Amino acid sequence: MSLLEIKNLHVEIDGKEILKGLDLTVDAGQVHAIMGPNGSGKSTLAYVLAGKEDYRPTAGKVLFDGRDLFAMEPDERAAAGLFLAFQYPLEIPGVATMTFLRTALNAQRKKRGEAELSTPEFLKMVRDTAGTLGIDQEMLRRAVNVGFSGGEKKRNEILQMALLQPRLAVLDETDSGLDIDALKIVAEGVNRLRAPNRSFVVITHYQRLLNYIVPDVVHVLSQGRIVRTGGKGLALELEASGYAQYQEEVLA
Amino acid sequence: MNAEVATIKTAAETALAQAFSQARGRLPGDEAIAARREAAFDLFAKQGLPHRRIEEWKYTDLRALMRDAKPLAAPPDAAAKARAKAAGGLLGDVEVRRLVFVDGAIVAELSDLDNLEAGLTIGSLAQALSDDDPALAAHLGKLAPASDIAVALNTAFMGDGAVIHLAPGATIERPLHLLFTVSEKPAATFVRSLVVIERAARAMLIESHEGRAGTDYQTNAAIELFAGDGAHIDHVKIIGEGTDALHVSTLAAAIGAHARFNSFTFTVGGAVVRNQLFLRFDGEGTVAGIRGASLLKGGQHADTTLVADHIAHDCQSRELFKTVLDDEAHGVFQGRIIVRPHAQKTDAKMMTQALLLSERAESDNKPELEIFADDVQCGHGATAGALDDELKFYLMARGIPAAEAEALLIQAFVGEAIEGIEHAGLREALMESIANWLRERD
Repeated sequence: MSLLEIKNLHVEIDGKEILKGLDLTVDAGQVHAIMGPNGSGKSTLAYVLAGKEDYRPTAGKVLFDGRDLFAMEPDERAAAGLFLAFQYPLEIPGVATMTFLRTALNAQRKKRGEAELSTPEFLKMVRDTAGTLGIDQEMLRRAVNVGFSGGEKKRNEILQMALLQPRLAVLDETDSGLDIDALKIVAEGVNRLRAPNRSFVVITHYQRLLNYIVPDVVHVLSQGRIVRTGGKGLALELEASGYAQYQEEVLA
Repeated sequence: MNAEVATIKTAAETALAQAFSQARGRLPGDEAIAARREAAFDLFAKQGLPHRRIEEWKYTDLRALMRDAKPLAAPPDAAAKARAKAAGGLLGDVEVRRLVFVDGAIVAELSDLDNLEAGLTIGSLAQALSDDDPALAAHLGKLAPASDIAVALNTAFMGDGAVIHLAPGATIERPLHLLFTVSEKPAATFVRSLVVIERAARAMLIESHEGRAGTDYQTNAAIELFAGDGAHIDHVKIIGEGTDALHVSTLAAAIGAHARFNSFTFTVGGAVVRNQLFLRFDGEGTVAGIRGASLLKGGQHADTTLVADHIAHDCQSRELFKTVLDDEAHGVFQGRIIVRPHAQKTDAKMMTQALLLSERAESDNKPELEIFADDVQCGHGATAGALDDELKFYLMARGIPAAEAEALLIQAFVGEAIEGIEHAGLREALMESIANWLRERD
């Protein structure tokens, strides 16, 4: 069975249709890249999967591990193993990073009927994971993302992903705003998590990230639909030719 | 024939007049004190309870909110004293020196009056009034604004309170905790305290007010605080009154030069609360942090009215007040910073923020600056809004359920003000109190 099955998905924001019949199937262990021009619906797909309010599915269905995703609240989706790495991670003044991480982790474990982590277990886990991502202890002492640079925020997203161990991670333009060194750190963080039972949907505008996170399947999203699917070579082709032809195809 | 214009008196005004005529002969103090009581009561008798056409009380119409006046509380009996032992839970396990007041009277056997630190003296106001204490006469009424009706009523009826003196240079580590609690009788208490912290002395003063849920008692509490040059004072007021209580309290303080002064008001209890802070910066170079947090729900009405009067130059004051409002709660903040002509280089910034958890809640914020000096840095801001849905979604996307996500954000909102408290144990106790409030909300 596929981990994620999206069939004929239509999504509106404020009455405007953004996704117009999107189909996508992701099997366990696969990495799918979704590429597309600005305004094609990439972030809308990410948000509607995570359950953001105001992103209203009007037709179609999404099955996550066989369950109806839209019947679940955002926190239930997370506990079921869905993770969204935000394109613009939010700053939460007054909420300590460690409190945030621990609350999230324990909330998910509780929902899955697992025991809460002990303080030493939790601290060790965070310290070890943060170290591999170049996140120092001083950053962890700050409020969530407050005073973080763009790159630090993205690394913090990957830290959360590594701690929460999702079954499906959707990375929404995680490469945007990263220099090449930060990009490598983020990509290594993702690659370390690749596993036969874990899948990724990597949303990106540029092919560059895919040099480091090598996808199994590449899709082109344009005007709210997947218009082409291929292997990793498709990303290189897009890099050379641009998106113009796909926008024309849909218009035609 | 009487030519005076008779204003129609409310039931509460009539009851207060009756209470005063019955009590005036029994209240402690010599003739001079009695004359002050009479003068204060006369002011009330002329003006009546403050109402919405009095600017300072615009949002807290006491004439409408105070439906009746309770009889003056009788001295506590053994049962009331026994119950008072359980009071003070809001402070958690913070190590303090307790002065316990039950039904407006100090109870020595519940208070820690032994082994006082060097330089510290503690007495009762009732005793000091009866003894015609000259130090009392020198300080009483010097700071509390006589024209304020809440203060006038306090002066007219004051029965007991704490009289605290800390000698120059003395430091006391253990916070002094004035714990005011009431028995189950619906009665009125008027407590008045005098605190004199001399030059370069250091102390933390906590006052907490609590009582039983469901009893419609009335509290009028006032403290006059004198802080000398170089003193370091932390004042914390915890208003944890019972659900039906009416609470009016006043802190009037005069701070000397090069002092540190912090004040924090935490409001969680009471049906109607008016918290008044009249602060005067008399000496130069003082640094002050005036903060507060209120958590209101149901039909609670809580008003914080602050006047920070910068008289001397080169003082810094930071004012930060946070209010969380649920259900039909009504929060009021009136903050006025005055900068007198000689108070050059004043640096004063005031912020008030309301977080509305319900569409029926109301928040009124009135920050004011009155600046008469020309070389100052002053500012104020006010915000009111709902919880940020984007932040809530971010937390939920990490697996945190809606209620818990809201609780985290509310704690963060209030926490910014709590952080200003220097005492770590007290910060934790208040955060725990906030967590309890949030649990009750679910």
